[in-house]
Amino acid sequence: MRRGRLTPGAVRKWGFIASFLAAPLAIYIIFFVSPNLQALQLALTNSRGISPDFQYVGLENFTRLFEDDVFWAAVRHHGLILLVMPLVTIAIALFFSFLLNLGGGQKNGQLSGVWGSSFYKVVFFFPQVLAVVIVGVLFQAVLNPQKSGILNSVLGWFGIDPVGWLIKPDLALWTIIGVMVWQGVGFYVVLFSAGMAGVPKEIFEAAALDGANRLTLFFKITLPLVWNTVQVGWVYLGIAAFDAFALVQVLSIDRGGPDNATTVLPLEIFRQTFTYYRFGYASAMGVALVFLVLTFAALTLRVTRRERIEY
Amino acid sequence: MTITPRDITRRQLLARVGLTALVAGPFLSACATGGGGSEAAAPSAPAPSAGGASASANNPFNVKADAPLEVVIFKGGYSDEYATQSHEPLYKKAFPGATIKHQGIQTIGQTLTPRFAGGDVPDVVNNSGTDNLDGGALINAGQLLDLTPLFEAPSVDDPTKKVKDVIVPGTIESGLGGDPAKPYTLNYVYTAYGLWYDAKLFEKEGWTPPKTFDEFKTFAEAAKAKNIVPFGYAGKNASYYAYWMILISAAKIGGNKILLDIDNLADNAWNNDAVKQAAAAWAEIGKFMDPAYEGLIHTEVQTQQNQGKIAFYPSGSWLEAEQAKDTPEGFEYGMVPTPSVTAADQMPYEAIRAAAAEGFIVPSKAKNAAGGLEYLRQMLSKQGARDFTEKTKSLTVVIGATEGLTLSPGLTSVAAAQTAAGTNVVTFSSFEGWYKELETELRKQTNALMFGRISAEEFATKMQAAADKTKADSSIIKQTRNV
Repeated sequence: MRRGRLTPGAVRKWGFIASFLAAPLAIYIIFFVSPNLQALQLALTNSRGISPDFQYVGLENFTRLFEDDVFWAAVRHHGLILLVMPLVTIAIALFFSFLLNLGGGQKNGQLSGVWGSSFYKVVFFFPQVLAVVIVGVLFQAVLNPQKSGILNSVLGWFGIDPVGWLIKPDLALWTIIGVMVWQGVGFYVVLFSAGMAGVPKEIFEAAALDGANRLTLFFKITLPLVWNTVQVGWVYLGIAAFDAFALVQVLSIDRGGPDNATTVLPLEIFRQTFTYYRFGYASAMGVALVFLVLTFAALTLRVTRRERIEY
Repeated sequence: MTITPRDITRRQLLARVGLTALVAGPFLSACATGGGGSEAAAPSAPAPSAGGASASANNPFNVKADAPLEVVIFKGGYSDEYATQSHEPLYKKAFPGATIKHQGIQTIGQTLTPRFAGGDVPDVVNNSGTDNLDGGALINAGQLLDLTPLFEAPSVDDPTKKVKDVIVPGTIESGLGGDPAKPYTLNYVYTAYGLWYDAKLFEKEGWTPPKTFDEFKTFAEAAKAKNIVPFGYAGKNASYYAYWMILISAAKIGGNKILLDIDNLADNAWNNDAVKQAAAAWAEIGKFMDPAYEGLIHTEVQTQQNQGKIAFYPSGSWLEAEQAKDTPEGFEYGMVPTPSVTAADQMPYEAIRAAAAEGFIVPSKAKNAAGGLEYLRQMLSKQGARDFTEKTKSLTVVIGATEGLTLSPGLTSVAAAQTAAGTNVVTFSSFEGWYKELETELRKQTNALMFGRISAEEFATKMQAAADKTKADSSIIKQTRNV
């Protein structure tokens, strides 16, 4: 027996490290790894969730997925949200944070934000403070299809007829994407502002001295320097694009309608679970969702990988 | 399945902190897979022997006098005061030693599913609301108690009469389920469905409710001219109110067999001409609706009716009570049957859809299942029923329980419609509870039809496809009914 390795010093050192790792690791395993593995196990059964009695049915739930129109509608919607929502959110957030931090021109030889930028920073962050469901309820009033709806009454001043924001099957998903953007922008303004604050001002000033206008300043200097932050934001928003549950649940017609026009996977999982009591099939959808999210995250991190700029 | 003590604590903890359904999901799977492969114990009803040694007319189920009772009530349109202020005190009166744990909630399904999975269930559940428990699934899992002993027991008011003899005929049948069919659900409320309107408004305008769809269209034009929407329902969460009307019309055209065929997933049940004619007739009326209604919830549309903006609203006899707070002075609810579609309709105009609704169940694994049955028996006493009608402005299935009560205008019109209909009663639809997938599709297609996105023909085709899909799906357990 080689006991030499377990010297009191080594025990202390590794014990010290382990004591720090144990709690978070245990929480991670109990609340993330184990439910996911069990969902995978459930996905192979015909469990109805109300009785401990069920059979293993192999991959039947997954073959069923391929024939399920509603599942594919939900996947398509995630695809559209994924294409549009992060791009628009990041574009708006970058624009705002640039204006708030560097867009105001020079003052005492220093680049600063537009007038009132500290006030705007707070205002932009407001939506982030609200719970998603509250945002949903708020937008119920904003998007009310009647003349008296907040948005429609504003349009009414210009003589525009009431728009059925969530009623028109072609428009409903875009409306929900719009709400997601509204809700998300504030956080990313703050995130990108922090990113820009981390870049030494001298770089911007040097560029400004060399005659770069704001457009050049933004695209040639700012964007490359905060690219890492943008990349992180992209992954966050991409993962958010696979959720959208609460907003669709609260805002959409008939939970995911009209005619499945707004349904998303988490909503379908909810429906399969608590309306149809198909826990096995719902778990299969959940497993599919996990793989979609993981694939997206892996792809994004690979595609957007760039050399880090040292300063 | 063996339940380890740790499982129980985790589950109890979950129940106590009242985690939301979403959070409960993974936990639930933890429970469900915990004993994967092990045989479930055969669900055995605790056999509350009606003829047990110490059973008597006052205590036919042999309830242990001091056994605690847990009651879960759906706190919706009827609220739960009828339970806390009448039914539970009645039980307490019979068993003063018992403590009653009461819970009034709205998400019956999400709250109780984990408890059914864990075996720690309440003794009586009022299984109702949008998020109710799937009765069929519970029956198949052996989770519900057969209520036959309840209906065979002596009634509270007259021990010489059995419970089944003091309730409206058809009540027991409406709660049948499983194969072989047994009564697992007590449907407590007598509900009539039809078109609701403001009798005072009609009086003022000199309108009479239309008796045929031709008259309905003429009326619709007249109402439109007065800037009143002739008919409206809420598409966002209550499209089933509209499909009830379509199904009622289909039954009036072709008889109750149409609805039985639909429930039994008979071939081409939805392609029947009666269904297509009914759908087409209602789609015509749908054209008069404000498209914005698709984006509103039921209370918003109901309030608009109270404000005199809508003439007819499809609903059941709970509507008057539900709107009591918002109904302005001078608004008087009345209910009329749906108009006849063709001159050759099999059922007369007077026919209404009436059914026992608002289900109460006793879980088979309840700790005090006998107490659960006794609670239901107390509910079916005249006192319990009268208190319910007083508190909720709704009729119960108990015969003659409204004697001496002054009924509201809406209930009076329901009672009148009931008398006029006589035996011409449009049957309820069991598929709504049996096949939720089909029901979800019907909600979707009803909105599409009523708001003009599809034709009646497409409506029938799409519903038939959904019914065929349900029929072909071996994982959905099929049920049938003959009455």
